[in-house]
Order: sequence, then structure tokens, then C-alpha cells
Amino acid sequence: MSLLMNRRKFFHTATGALVMASSASVLKAAGADGEPIRIANILDRTGGLNIYSLKQIQAVSMAVEEINAAGGLLGRPIELVFYDSQSNNQMNSQYMTQALVRDKAAAVFAGVTSSSREVMRPIAKKFRGLLFYNSMYEGGVCDKRHVCVAQVPAQQLAPLVPAVVESYGKKAFIIGADYVYPHTTAKWIQKYTREAGGEDIGVEFFPLDVSNFGPVISRIQAAKPDVVWSVLVGSANNAFYRQYESTVGKANIPLASCMFGIGREQVYMSADEAAGIMNTTPFHDDLPTDKAQEFVRNFKAYSGEDDYVGDYAEYGYRGVNIWANAVKKAGDPNPDAVIAALDGVQFDSPGGMVTIDGQTNHAVMDIHRVITNRNQSWDHIETYSQIQPLDTQAVCDLNANPNDNKQYFLEL
Amino acid sequence: MNELIIYLYQIAFSLGLFILISLGLAIIFGMMGVINLAQGEFIMLGAYFCLFSMQAGFPFWASVILASLGVGVFGIIVERLLIRFLYGRIMDTLLATWGLSLFMVGLVTTVFGPSEAGVEAQLGKIWFGDYSIATYNLVLILLAFVMLGLTYCLWRFTKFGLIVRGTMQNPKMSAAMGINTKRYYMLTFGLGSALTGFAGAMIAPIVGNQPTMGVFYVAKAFITVISGGQLPLLGTFIASTIFGITDGIISFASTQVVGEICVLLVAILLLRLLPKGITGRFKRGF
Repeated sequence: MSLLMNRRKFFHTATGALVMASSASVLKAAGADGEPIRIANILDRTGGLNIYSLKQIQAVSMAVEEINAAGGLLGRPIELVFYDSQSNNQMNSQYMTQALVRDKAAAVFAGVTSSSREVMRPIAKKFRGLLFYNSMYEGGVCDKRHVCVAQVPAQQLAPLVPAVVESYGKKAFIIGADYVYPHTTAKWIQKYTREAGGEDIGVEFFPLDVSNFGPVISRIQAAKPDVVWSVLVGSANNAFYRQYESTVGKANIPLASCMFGIGREQVYMSADEAAGIMNTTPFHDDLPTDKAQEFVRNFKAYSGEDDYVGDYAEYGYRGVNIWANAVKKAGDPNPDAVIAALDGVQFDSPGGMVTIDGQTNHAVMDIHRVITNRNQSWDHIETYSQIQPLDTQAVCDLNANPNDNKQYFLEL
Repeated sequence: MNELIIYLYQIAFSLGLFILISLGLAIIFGMMGVINLAQGEFIMLGAYFCLFSMQAGFPFWASVILASLGVGVFGIIVERLLIRFLYGRIMDTLLATWGLSLFMVGLVTTVFGPSEAGVEAQLGKIWFGDYSIATYNLVLILLAFVMLGLTYCLWRFTKFGLIVRGTMQNPKMSAAMGINTKRYYMLTFGLGSALTGFAGAMIAPIVGNQPTMGVFYVAKAFITVISGGQLPLLGTFIASTIFGITDGIISFASTQVVGEICVLLVAILLLRLLPKGITGRFKRGF
């Protein structure tokens, strides 16, 4: 018995110490009175995937501070708890449980990779929580406790692929990281390329820790495509862009990528390495609207950093605001009440109007086609207005099956 | 013809990378017997030293030299504060250097931030028909061999090398001959660190800098040096050649994943057939 007590006590102390070490900030609410509404943010501040999270962590806390400064939510302040998942899915699982069970978070904003999301979704279900996944992904998740406010392939690639085929040519060579998102995305690129009259002459995947792309670059040169698509993910993989420019060069075979820039890659690379890659995104810093420019100004002032902000920051910001608008609509911060109120909730976000589609818990949004310029940012080409998440809508109907809880995959 | 050149280039580049990332460890582990689990982080530190001096306005090649010197000095400090108390205590060295690697990742993350950062060294490219090769990569291959050769010459032809070899072989006898063995341990560790820092600075423009990059290289370096066996330089060279040929051919003909799997299979096979490494039965040399 005493051994058990000791172990328990030890476990208690150990978890306490871990939380002290890892929860970088508990944002104390100021301005509004009343019992705080607690929410949690679980993202990678450290590790190889942190390039996607760093700005979003700040954007989430900025959104919370703005809401608190404006009097809070339902007259109550919001309290934000942050956990660093360290690019490690095990941490996602641990902190998700902690956030829902110990912190009793009304909503958890968490996850970048699909694998981290799939680790957390069952936990959200088990403890009847609400997971906001503020990240682009392969689409198809049908789960009322999961909300995605970022783009899915039908939104990003349906406009992008035909434009790439038209601008660069018909023969595409696709390379990507070796996990579910790039695999599914590669299938969408193949599908849309064929529909646009093009062909895919090569598809290859690489583990996340591969950083020598010499052999595949030679194979690309042997295959002579008109365009190379990159769905590479993470900082090790990003070595590809450097090595590509120093051997093939975008001037000879152009690059398109639905991932480049998401981790603000253009900021870390030289102008030669980064410029000239085509992508589509729901937000970029040079979006010529007042709303977008105001967000960029406010974010830079808030974070004290003057570099490129990017779409992942905007996803975090829109996620918190969509949730807050749903809470206002429901009049109750409890996850089940908020879930019931989600359909049709809107937020006029920096990237354009975002509306939650209750059938899928995904978002209708504006999509902007862009190309990297030499100033660590994007040149705006055109905006596609109010694009529906058609791929997920085709497989998911939460109105008809509210207890659906799986991810559907594209069959080609 | 051009295809053949590309094959040879892939082999040479893979071989060069193996030599580059293993050379420092060949000295630190192969000669001195120190299991330095922070080896990958020494590479990372070299890359960051290079980035730092480029940001300070030095040209790339000067930064590479500064990075080697910087990591060398860092190695000497580590030897004085940590390693020298642990010679011959394998488990303790393992734990201490693992702790050191965590500390270094934390330190670099704190100073430079957790983001990726780039070092630029564009030297243009050379075309072979439809194929092109980055000139920088050719320079990297060349310098890997130059460093291997220089290290060999240092051990083989200088008084310093002779004393170091004697000290590593029989420290007590060397001490009895009036040699300050502590000093030579320190300098040898520093030299191994400097070569590791050089490797980090050289690969920085190819792979980019990030605080956690060390983990990608530490296993490769150990596999190469261990497969090499008791003669650190010759063993590392032969192991690098075998792995480089395997990796270069298979990665180009198939994919990198299969290439890396084959390298590991070859390593397992080698150690099964030659448990003491490739040079395990060699009587002399280094």
C-alpha cells in the first residue's frame, strides 16, 4: 500500500513538474469578470515540425487577448493553456488528455500533422471534448467533435492544378513526404492533372528525416517533366529546395507546391532558392485587402517580430474566432452546445469570409493563388471566391449521421 | 555516358558525406574510445557556427574555417569539463554525452530560435547532357578526401601524430617517457571536434540548419566507424566506400529509402561476418 501511495505521489509530482516545464504560458485573463472559460492550445514549439506552429501559437494567444480586451466571451474571460507537443505524437496524446480531463478545456486548438490529429480525435470523443484542427490536411474527416478551419485538397488543388498545367505544361513529377497527407494529396494532384489533360510521369515519397535529394533530382532530370510538384514536409525535407535550385533550377523545370510557404520556408531560404514556386493559400501577407493588412500589422506588433506572418498564423486566429462566435451563438461554452451551434457560424477573417459547413464541420473560404517573390513573400495572382470543401462533402454528412467518427480516403 | 557520370557522382557524393560525418568520430571514438553521443550535435554546432560567422559578415569559406576552429575549441572545453573525468568509463561517458547533446540542442534553440535557418553557398552547376551537378557538391567531395588525407598525414608523418598514437595505444608507457598524456588527450579530442565542426559547416548549405539536425547523422557516423573496426582512418575509409557505393547506386536506381535500408543491411552483414569490423584482423596501420 505504501509503495502504491509513493508511486502515486511520485507520479503526481512528476506530472506536475512536467507541466510546469512544458506549459509555457497560462494566459491570465484581464478585463472581464466571472469564472474563466478555459481553452487549450497544443502545438509544436520545438522539434522538426515547429516551422508550422511557431506563428500559430502566437496568433492563438493574440486572438484570445483581443477577445478578452473586448470584454470576454458571454461576460467571462478566456483562459488559455499552452502545451508544447514537441513534434511528438505521444505528447499530443498526453496533453490532449490533460487538457480535457484536468484543465476541462471547453475547446482544444491542436495539431499540425494528420497523425497527431488522428491521435487526438479518439481522446476528444472519449472525454466529449471539441478539437479545432487549424491546419490544412488531406480532407475526409467526418467527426462532429473535430472542426477544420483550413483548406482541404478540393479547395487548394482544384484551382491550383489546372493553373499549373496551363502555365508550366502537362507532364508532372510528384515528390512528397511519406505519410498520409502527402500520399492523399499526391492522388489529388494526379487526379486533377489528368482532368486538366496532363499526365503524372513519376511519384515518389521520402521519410520525414531525408535531407539528401541528390538521387531523386537526377531521376527527375532523366524523366524530363514540365513541372515538379513538391508535397515535402518538415525542415529536413526542405533541403530539397536548396538542392533543386543548385542542380536543376526552377528556370529549367518550374516547381509547384501545395506545401511550400506553409512553414514560412521562403523566409529561411535565399531569394534564388525560394522565388517562383506556385501555390494556393487561404491567406498570405501580401493579400491586397484592408482586413489582411490590418491583421499583419497587428500580429507584427503583438509578436514583436517583423518577418513573414503566413497562413498558419491566420488559421489559429480564425479558429479561435470561429469558436468564439459559435460560443456566442450557443450562449454556452460547453463542447456539446458549441457543436450544436457550429453550422453556419461565420467569421470575417483576414483571408476572407469563413463559414462553417455543418454537414462536415469544415469551412467555406476564399482561396488565393500566389507565387513566391524575391522578398520572402508572395505575389498575388488571383482570388477564387468562397470555395466549398467538396471532397469532404462528397463523403461526409454529419446532419444525417451525427455519430459518424471516421476519416474517408480518396479512391482513384 | 552521362548516365555513368551521374552514377559515379552519386557514389562519390554519398561516399564523401560518409567520410565527412564520420571522420571526427573516427578520432573521438575510433582512436580515443570515447562514445560521444553528442557527435551529431557537434555537427549541428559546426553548421550554426558557420551561419553565425556568415551573419557577422565573413565570407563562406572563412566561416567554414571559423566553424572548425570554434567547434574545436568547444570540444577542448568539453574535454576539460566533462570527458577527461570519464576515460574508460563507457556507460558514464554514454550518459554524460547524451546529456550534453540535449543541453546543446537546448542552448542552440535558445540562442538561434527553434526555426530552420539557411546558409547560402551557390557555386553554380555543371551540365552533363540532361543532367546537372551542383559545383558545391563536387567541392564537398574533394574536401572530404582532402581532410581524410590531411588527417592521415598528420598521424603518419608528424611528431605530434606519433605522440598521439603512442598515447592512445599505451598511455602509461607514454607518460613514463615524459609525455604529458592529458594534454594530448585534450588536443586529440579538440581535433576530432574540429573535423566534426568542419563537416557541419560543409553540409549546412545543402541541408539547412536546425537545432535538431544532429540526430540525422549520429547513427550514420557510429555505424561507419564501428563497421570500420580497430583502425579508425583506414576502417572509416573502407566502410564509407562500401556504404557510399551501396547507397549511391541503389538510391539512384531505386529510391533513397531502399538505399538506406541496403546500407543498414550491408552493415549488419559486415558485422556478422567480421564482428570486429572490417579492419579487425589487420595487424598494423591506423
